[in-house]
Amino acid sequence: MNTEESYEIRLKVNGKTQQITAPARRLLSDALRGELGLTGTHVGCEHGVCGCCTVLVDGAPVRSCLTFAVAVQDREIRTVEGLAADGGELHPVQEAFKECHGLQCGFCTPGFLMTACALIEQNDDPTEEEITEAIAGNLCRCTGYQNIRAAVRYAAEIVRSDKT
Amino acid sequence: MTTQSFGKAIRRTEDDRLIRGHGSFTDDAGSAGLSLTMIRSPYANARILSIDVSEAWDVEGVQAVLTYNDLPGRLVEPLPLLIPHPSLVAPRTQYILAKEHVRYVGEAVVAIFATDRYVGEDAAERVIVEYEPREAVVGIDAALGPNLVHDDVPGNVAADHVEHVGNVDQALVGAPHVLELDLDMERSMGSSLEGRASHATWDRHSRKLRIQNATQTPTSVRFAVANILEIPDEQVEVFAIDVGGGFGTKVIHPWPEDILTAWGAIEYERPVKFTEDRVEHFISSSHERAQRHQIKVGFDDEGRILGLDVDFVHDNGAYTPYGMIAPLITATQLPGPYKLPNYRVRFRSVYTNTVQVTPYRGAARPHAVFSMERTIDRIAAFLDIDRAELRRRNFIQPDEFPYDLGMIFQDGRPAIYDSGNYPELLEKVLAMIDWDGFPERRSQTPSGRRRGIGVACYVEGTGLGPYEGGHVRVETGGKVQVSTGLASSGQGHHTVFAQIVADELGVPFEDVEVVTGDTRRFQYAVGTFASRAAVMSGNAVAEAARLVKEKAIQIAAEALEANPDDLEIVDAQVQVKGTPARGIPLAQVAVLANPLRYSFSEAARAATQFAGAGDLDEPPIKPGEDPGLEAAGWYSPVRSTFASGAHAVEVEVDTATSEVEILRYCVVHDCGRLINPLIVEGQIHGGVAQGIAGALYEKMAYDEDGNLQNASFMDFLMPYCTEIPEVEIDHLETPSPLNPLGIKGAGEAGVIPVSAVIAAAVEDAEGFQINHMPLFPSELHEMRLMNAEVSE
Ligand code: FES
Ligand code: FES
Repeated sequence: MNTEESYEIRLKVNGKTQQITAPARRLLSDALRGELGLTGTHVGCEHGVCGCCTVLVDGAPVRSCLTFAVAVQDREIRTVEGLAADGGELHPVQEAFKECHGLQCGFCTPGFLMTACALIEQNDDPTEEEITEAIAGNLCRCTGYQNIRAAVRYAAEIVRSDKT
Repeated sequence: MTTQSFGKAIRRTEDDRLIRGHGSFTDDAGSAGLSLTMIRSPYANARILSIDVSEAWDVEGVQAVLTYNDLPGRLVEPLPLLIPHPSLVAPRTQYILAKEHVRYVGEAVVAIFATDRYVGEDAAERVIVEYEPREAVVGIDAALGPNLVHDDVPGNVAADHVEHVGNVDQALVGAPHVLELDLDMERSMGSSLEGRASHATWDRHSRKLRIQNATQTPTSVRFAVANILEIPDEQVEVFAIDVGGGFGTKVIHPWPEDILTAWGAIEYERPVKFTEDRVEHFISSSHERAQRHQIKVGFDDEGRILGLDVDFVHDNGAYTPYGMIAPLITATQLPGPYKLPNYRVRFRSVYTNTVQVTPYRGAARPHAVFSMERTIDRIAAFLDIDRAELRRRNFIQPDEFPYDLGMIFQDGRPAIYDSGNYPELLEKVLAMIDWDGFPERRSQTPSGRRRGIGVACYVEGTGLGPYEGGHVRVETGGKVQVSTGLASSGQGHHTVFAQIVADELGVPFEDVEVVTGDTRRFQYAVGTFASRAAVMSGNAVAEAARLVKEKAIQIAAEALEANPDDLEIVDAQVQVKGTPARGIPLAQVAVLANPLRYSFSEAARAATQFAGAGDLDEPPIKPGEDPGLEAAGWYSPVRSTFASGAHAVEVEVDTATSEVEILRYCVVHDCGRLINPLIVEGQIHGGVAQGIAGALYEKMAYDEDGNLQNASFMDFLMPYCTEIPEVEIDHLETPSPLNPLGIKGAGEAGVIPVSAVIAAAVEDAEGFQINHMPLFPSELHEMRLMNAEVSE
């Protein structure tokens, strides 16, 4: 009963192109986590509200739980695993979240990291309002956000000082 | 000396994995097995007439579709009552799959094992369940009415309990003034961003059932699963590697899905995973916080409390798996930092057709503090005495410790405060927020706004027993491996336990590796809850480290031909005090601690039986000795240690929109000696945020039929960063005399007085009584209208 049609989907994630076979309804979040084993992208609500599943598609933050994998074929997808090389140097946002204790359980963290990454790669001197604006769509139940804000501020600072 | 790490704001060792996306949460585990999908009741109170699963079996990829009647062995029994209590006369727990009745929307009725969740949900649509709905019992008023949740529980009363100290009736009769208050608080819930989850695999070759579970208490999940599946404990391994927040919800176990995944893994010889989705978390895990309190207080002209009589009703939802812990905590923590010579508290815990109620961070202390602090503020208003001054007059004084409340705490032991300094906490927080300067600031309030200030104090029993243990082992490569049985869900245990062990043992912090919540590493534990992990496991690993140190010194003394009393461990080397040249690295001592027959490296050669050392008339391992440089340590306190704190807040309320804006939020916190201020402050930030959530934004919106109308993050207003202010924190460190490290728990503190302090500030701004939380703008608006009418 109800044999579902599958598609060959080319996903370009963190610079690497991979082919998966999945039905059209496979969410990008599930494809990343299941088919590609990139479990750093988390799923906190599956209805687009918590931001845990945020990845970058062509540089812009996107909720992977509201995106079908088939819809982002050949687009440039970046996940938390792509922020730093394996065991290699941390991206400024990662560095900053660690330094500022911007995470506790770490479940929301990949979403915040990708959101913050998109922000500071476009604007390395954001105002408080711009920081709020950027992260105001991500939920965290552990930190009370204070150290997350501090981390985003500090990440921008690292980027600026790297440039000088 | 080895650089001391206790007390330092060391960055967390947990973070590197988590920020690289290499965490290991339960849903991250293997995807090749079966997925468990549950069909849940759409009715709050109904009889199940029939279930037709035949069409679901035909869906491709479905392994099995089960109802109650298909369950084998002990799976047909109700889930365990985890914590019995004499007052709990009518305990009820749910079945793994509903048997004949459903008692809340969300109760599990059918289980589907399928190749993935997509297929499971397709199959779920083909199951037909016929129900006969009955009148739902929703809310405390309904619980006290004629309809029943359980036919055999008259009046819906699960428990009726009284505790008293002194003679309240007499005190109230003799009191110059008596006031009465009616207070109530709404429901909320933990809402960790990771829901419940379990992944079970059965290895038929080694006959091991391996379970990764998003739990706060893996050792107990293990015993529960083994018990219900009737297999030896030895065959069950449970571990919680990364847990995405717990907040009390994940201390409850075993959930129906824990048992079904474990059972299914053996039955179908395939890994089985259950991952709760967000809706399920709302309707099928746990809630907390709904209580209604009636208070009568008698006091003298100076505002000293002479007698306090509290009668409250606790809505425990449809089942009571965690016993009466929440209301018992309210009862015993209500006195807070104040002297109550005559105190009586009675509670009734009642069933309703709603999700079960079990402790959520703060565990019914927010209600207790709301009651006590509202009472104090009411007395102050009545006598026209400054609210801070009224607190001063009622405080237990620093020279009165240990202070016996005369009641039994939730650990079954006397509630005796071990140490604290409440007056100083208050003075510090008043100075921080500039309490005395408030009238001046108020006079400058912009038009269209009303300004108010509030202060609230609390005492929190933390670090309760029965025990925790820890194991420390020095590896021959020099790494120090530490394990403890309780699990972590963001508290930074790996970092703080490493700090403690590094200092006790005399090794660099970087050499210590910690594992928590893995029964393969440590089998005995109680769990992470009640702000107990740092106190309990912290002291246990400290003890283990001390034992290892003693052993290392004994072994090194022989090797160095020195007197053990003359030796010390500095930077992972055992040496003659002050003479680093006469020393032996700890790693080398670890080699010597294990006499070997086989050599496999340069270092091991030194430990083989022909290596030469020792008295040939003695056995290589002497009686009473064990091989290996390792030890287990235990900590089991006589009773809980009591942390405390004071919060102050200044708010502005909009006269048009009734929105409450927090201008400043100040915390002074005393959890004894601080292991890591960075982590303690993080815990406070998170706690305060949850407190603000409960005070201003969150409630579980049940309709009268028992449907939870806001079971999504769209409708349940969990705060984003836009709602949470910066929190200013200062510490007081009154060491606990009960444990060697002098520490007290810190995990829940932040949340405890938030509703009380915000109510106080809004009351101050508005000039009318605030008796209800949370304070949505719409409700505050209603209150304004009502109070305007009354005063007209
Ligand atoms: S999981 Fe995608 S927004 Fe919550
Ligand atoms: S760190 Fe746990 S949800 Fe954000």
